[in-house]
Amino acid sequence: MPVPRPLVVAWTYLRLGVMNEMQYRANFFVAIFQSLLQVGVGLAVLALVYSHTSELNGWTQSDLLVILGVQILLGGVVHATVQPNMERLADEVRDGKLDFALTRPEDAQLIVSVRQLQLWQLVEVVSGATVIGVGVSRLPTGMDAPHTLAFLALLGVGALLLYCFWLILATGSFWVVNMWFLSELFEGVYQTGRWPIGIYPGWLRYSMTYLVPVGFAVTVPAQAMTNRLSLGTVGVALAFAVVLAAVTRRFWKLGLRRYSGASA
Amino acid sequence: MTELAAQPVAGRPSALRSFVDFYATTMRTTIQTQFQYRAAMYGYTIGMVAEPTIYLVVWTTIANSHGGAVDGVGPHAFAAYYIVWTFVRVMNIVFTPYGWEWRIREGQLSGQLLRPIHPIHYDLAWFAGQKVPWLVMYAPIAVGLSLVFHPSFHTSALGVVVFLVAIWGAYLIRSLNQFWLGMFTIFTTRVGAIFQVWFLAELLLSGRLLPLPLMPQWTQELAAWLPFKWTFYFPIEALVGNLSNAALLRGLGFQALWAAILGAVAVGAWRLAVRHYSAVGN
Repeated sequence: MPVPRPLVVAWTYLRLGVMNEMQYRANFFVAIFQSLLQVGVGLAVLALVYSHTSELNGWTQSDLLVILGVQILLGGVVHATVQPNMERLADEVRDGKLDFALTRPEDAQLIVSVRQLQLWQLVEVVSGATVIGVGVSRLPTGMDAPHTLAFLALLGVGALLLYCFWLILATGSFWVVNMWFLSELFEGVYQTGRWPIGIYPGWLRYSMTYLVPVGFAVTVPAQAMTNRLSLGTVGVALAFAVVLAAVTRRFWKLGLRRYSGASA
Repeated sequence: MTELAAQPVAGRPSALRSFVDFYATTMRTTIQTQFQYRAAMYGYTIGMVAEPTIYLVVWTTIANSHGGAVDGVGPHAFAAYYIVWTFVRVMNIVFTPYGWEWRIREGQLSGQLLRPIHPIHYDLAWFAGQKVPWLVMYAPIAVGLSLVFHPSFHTSALGVVVFLVAIWGAYLIRSLNQFWLGMFTIFTTRVGAIFQVWFLAELLLSGRLLPLPLMPQWTQELAAWLPFKWTFYFPIEALVGNLSNAALLRGLGFQALWAAILGAVAVGAWRLAVRHYSAVGN
């Protein structure tokens, strides 16, 4: 059976990205240091919160460790693969260089989504997984195979949701020229994912679930790990992912129609 | 301008006069430029407001589950603290060491050295002007947050006056701090790690994360010896109204002291660094 072309394209760019990043090995140690700091800050804040309380809206400190781990892990995936591509997209729309991507004989959305890789940011995936592991080992319930599988699948859904969110933001650059704030906006909003979505007041909770899918992306996988998951939530999360992916695709096409290049 | 043009050339305008003129012109230009990018500014502001809103929601949840207060601080007091927080955060946006890294790497500093005034004045004036559109744009967000979270203020007239002075004191202290840190970039380009440790210390010791009295005792003792709390905690509390008149005036004194110390450090660091500087391409 022949491998589908999009996969071949993505795989080729991935290999190219890895070879490129291997030239800058010192960045590996920088990434380790940064990730250690990041985990340290997260743990310090948790310690501070739990020095004043024993549970937050029904979540214990170990439960929140799992959320923190999921947030760091998915953040690593986004920083390594999604964010560099989306920032490049916004820059190229502004500079009129997107022509180089559009003239290729492949789907433009695929091309702009796989060109860049920041390999060393994947260190965050390792540190996130470690934090999840420590959190889970301290849970009284432990883990079983079905929940672990659900967790892994929902992590994939979470990554897809965050990709869609980023692409919608970056597609905005077809209308708003100056998009230097994108990563600040994403990072700020993404920090909300460190806490269970349930603690936010109603209007904020809904916008963080549907408008900005951080709640679905981070809290729902963590629910699977901490035995809070209902089948209904899984269904809604999957349906939402499908809808959001379709909406993102349409929005991308709409934006693309506005693109006129640098010299046109 | 017309006055200046009408005068005969009787010598250069006084140094102070041209200085004030430089600051006023740069600030005005920045304000006008920044207002052109309103969508971008709102995007950035939403990212910035997310941080205190998270803290506010977390601590409100804890307060509500513990009979309405955490160590005596209730939800409305937290709301006041974290809503004023963003005003003070905006004042604390300065030219960072990352900016210096870019400036050195791109050889931008060479051109600036040719100007008749020190580069720090350009940065100070530019970022001072940039506050105005940002504060204007945050104001409606602050009103919205107030309607949702009902902050409680105990502000005195002196508190308002001290706040208005202290936010500029905070701006100066943080600018000077970031300036001397930025000088490291002239010696080496791998300085991100130093900056990140610095930002971490600031997060924990400035009151940015949490009002300082709620931090562990040792953190508060450490913070008393460092400049950080005078850039976040002090201006916020001046407006929220939990400080006595004596504490308000003492705080301004400490700000002046730190500005003087850091000013001296900045001058020393600049002299060392600029001697070492050689532009790319020379």
